[in-house]
Amino acid sequence: MKERTIRLTVNGRPYERTVEVRKTLADFLREDLDLTGTHLGCEHGVCGACTVVVNGEAVRSCLLFAVQLEGANILTVEGLADGDNLHPIQEAFWEHHGLQCGFCTPGFLLTLYCFLKETPRPSEAEIREAISGNLCRCTGYHNIVIAARAAAEKLASAGPTP
Amino acid sequence: MAMARRYVSTRVRRREDPQLLTGRARYLDDLRLSGTLSVAILRSPHAHARLVEVDVRPALAAPGVEAVLTGEDVARLARPIRAEMSGPGYKTSGWPALARDKVRFVGEPVVAVVARDRYGAEDALEEVRVTYDPLPVLTNAELSMRPGAPRIHDDLTDNILFHTRFDNGAVERAFVAAELRLSHTFRHGRCTSAPMENRGALASFDAAEGILTLWASSQSPHLLRSGLAEALDLPESRLRVICPAVGGGFGPKMHLYPEDIIVCLLAQRLGRPVKWIEDRRENLLTSAQAREHVNHIEMAATGDGVILGFKATLICDVGAYSLYPVTAALEPVTAASIIPGPYRIQGYSYDAYAVATNKCPAGAYRGVGMALGTFVRERLVDMVARRTGLDPAEVRRRNFIAATDVPFTTASGLVIDSGNPTESLDQALEAAGYDALRKDQRRSSTTTYRGIGLCSYTEFTGMGSGTFRRRGMSQIAGHDAATVRVEPTGEVRGFVSAASQGQGHATTLAQVLADEIGVPMAAVSIVEGDTERCPYGSGSFASRSMVVSGGALILAARRVRDKVIAIAAHMLEAARGDLVMEEGAIFVRGMAARRVTLGQVARLAYRPASGTLPPSVDPALEATQYYDPPPATFSIGTHVAVVDVDAETGQVAIVRYVVSEDCGTMVNPMIVEGQIHGAVAQGIGAALYEDVVYDDAGQPLTTSFMDYLLPTTMELPAIEVVHTETPPPVTVSGFKGMAEGGTIGATAAVANAVADALAPLGVEVHELPLSPDRLYRLIHQARKRP
Repeated sequence: MKERTIRLTVNGRPYERTVEVRKTLADFLREDLDLTGTHLGCEHGVCGACTVVVNGEAVRSCLLFAVQLEGANILTVEGLADGDNLHPIQEAFWEHHGLQCGFCTPGFLLTLYCFLKETPRPSEAEIREAISGNLCRCTGYHNIVIAARAAAEKLASAGPTP
Repeated sequence: MAMARRYVSTRVRRREDPQLLTGRARYLDDLRLSGTLSVAILRSPHAHARLVEVDVRPALAAPGVEAVLTGEDVARLARPIRAEMSGPGYKTSGWPALARDKVRFVGEPVVAVVARDRYGAEDALEEVRVTYDPLPVLTNAELSMRPGAPRIHDDLTDNILFHTRFDNGAVERAFVAAELRLSHTFRHGRCTSAPMENRGALASFDAAEGILTLWASSQSPHLLRSGLAEALDLPESRLRVICPAVGGGFGPKMHLYPEDIIVCLLAQRLGRPVKWIEDRRENLLTSAQAREHVNHIEMAATGDGVILGFKATLICDVGAYSLYPVTAALEPVTAASIIPGPYRIQGYSYDAYAVATNKCPAGAYRGVGMALGTFVRERLVDMVARRTGLDPAEVRRRNFIAATDVPFTTASGLVIDSGNPTESLDQALEAAGYDALRKDQRRSSTTTYRGIGLCSYTEFTGMGSGTFRRRGMSQIAGHDAATVRVEPTGEVRGFVSAASQGQGHATTLAQVLADEIGVPMAAVSIVEGDTERCPYGSGSFASRSMVVSGGALILAARRVRDKVIAIAAHMLEAARGDLVMEEGAIFVRGMAARRVTLGQVARLAYRPASGTLPPSVDPALEATQYYDPPPATFSIGTHVAVVDVDAETGQVAIVRYVVSEDCGTMVNPMIVEGQIHGAVAQGIGAALYEDVVYDDAGQPLTTSFMDYLLPTTMELPAIEVVHTETPPPVTVSGFKGMAEGGTIGATAAVANAVADALAPLGVEVHELPLSPDRLYRLIHQARKRP
């Protein structure tokens, strides 16, 4: 199998790795970097569980090859909290029971992370639309929507986000 | 002494969440054992075929391949999976982990290849050559059960895996007396639970100790171990099953599957860890599916809406194999038994069948049987309302079991132990503003039709061995167990046979244990999902964990607490009856200064030489309790769905959704409500969107999330939940199970709401899902009628 060497930044840390060209970004993060917080729910781009942030945009890591990410800046769920301090979105999910089995949760967190930067004061309809590409089988989304609204309020009252 | 409940009934934040929110939790595919090999499985592309030749030699030579396993290998090494049932009417054939003579559904495992990684293993699958000789395919249960139909299992006389007949003796009388008789055929589509984490299995063999460990994404570690022991012909002492974080289950993860056996065989043979991770396509092809029913039912009622009886024929399409440990009988038996629901029905008879077809095996799924039985009955109740001109709520009221009738034995023989259906209906209607909704409904536009749907239901929960014995399901333990141990340093630990898939047991069981012992929650932790650390029990399915594992935990905690009090009394030179334990300290009532801490008691209990234990008290603070609860405790509830149906597109929008439920004492109302939200979502999915579709050749057409449609935020409404709390007299805890009521209620409530909306057009609803295309057809057919 053909391999290539890539350099990229994940959660603020630089990496250089040689990978098979056919390896997906999701598998690269999970297997080569041991960042197993990125979960695979469908591997065909529908469920959104594998969502990560690439250069500020939420993308599906199952639909990209790692070698496409040369030079990219990536944020995964492992990089969302600031040490032991949860990110306000994580806090809101905890507070409002926005997760049950937790498998889809990293994808929701990172989708909302990007959405709330662009739309700091969203309506409920905008929140629902923003996460409509992420599937959850446990919560019926009810508490996820509530958590997203609470997170927006927290972030807005805290001023510009890091 | 009575327990002051400090944590139970409160909205404690979940302990599981920090790990899950930060990506640190370890699901099966996140475990790292050095040298792990990956399995890929070649699956049958045919729904029914003879295996003529399997040539794996080219695959063995592929780069990175360590071994290849075929059906012939498996036949030498393992027994087929057998789902056994005692009693008449059932027959079964084994399911070999890899097909040997025949394949019986698309997706059935045929060859397993193990390689350094999954990429390499999948490459090698392309080198396997299999020759099939296709056989006639059966995709319709009613055709499959006919005499002379091609046989799916050559060793069985026909394709009817299970048949039972019941008559309570009062049904003919009920029908003679009836002024109103309805006869309908209802159909429910085929569903799959589609947990966001697919299945997975990782096996490792310790040759020195002779121990085979299987990490599995399972709901039921002990039953899985027992099934594996049988299949592998190993003593259970040499098998250990561990469940890491599990990403949803909803039923299908309680079964033993071929892949569990395959990784075990390969790990034993290769002496290295071997892992198989289901991908979504495999999940939609092979993880247990559910529901698919045809139900021919007659109903007798009086002219003023009193239901007299039902005669039902239930035919359940259970796919190619009967699943361990629930058997093919699970769906039809549960559906048939729940049909009388919360009503005083005089007469009831049924014939219930489980019929094999060339489809994925069907098994447990949230609301198993109950969702179908409730859908059929609640549709009929609404039909009685329409025929008599009564409001659907009024018809329900006229037929409910009264609170004073409880305990009540239903026409199918179930004992409703507690609950008040009238109170539940009243609460739901009030929360929904039912009268105003009905007034508002008259303002429907010409293209959008508004409908209001009700569902009243009973939910079978916390089942003990009595229920499984009566059903003949001898492979299900029915009991659960807990060990409570106070460690020498005073921490309290509960080891339970439950296995969470996201329900939050680490939090809720800790609430229960902290209250029962009388310590802060911070001092308590829960261990589950490990057959070596936890006592034997059934696991987590059928809304049982809080009733049965929770009950066992309470009973074990009481024994430990009694011992703590006995030792403390000795230390304090006080009478046991005068002692109180709160916040981890034991003191003389009214004299808080005369106290010892739990830590001091524990130190003495483990180091009796450091003082003296009371006479006849053994060292240590530990108790194990097995708990086999009564046959069942029933939760009840009422759902109100309000929908708008676009008659031009067939699209259904859910405008309001209200749930009233009663699960006895709620351990954590936040978690109860979360369970209801998720269960309702699955019921809505089944009512409107979800359908596993096979073509006539048995080819599945719904093998991605583009085709099998899970509801998203755009389809689901906000879900309003209100509660009544009627603790059951029959369990030790005051808890009832509640994880399935949402699904049971929502399927029927949404179907009734759509039927209500389209009644002005003359549309009748008999079949689920009510997808836009089905509704469009129904609406256009109705409009064409003169």
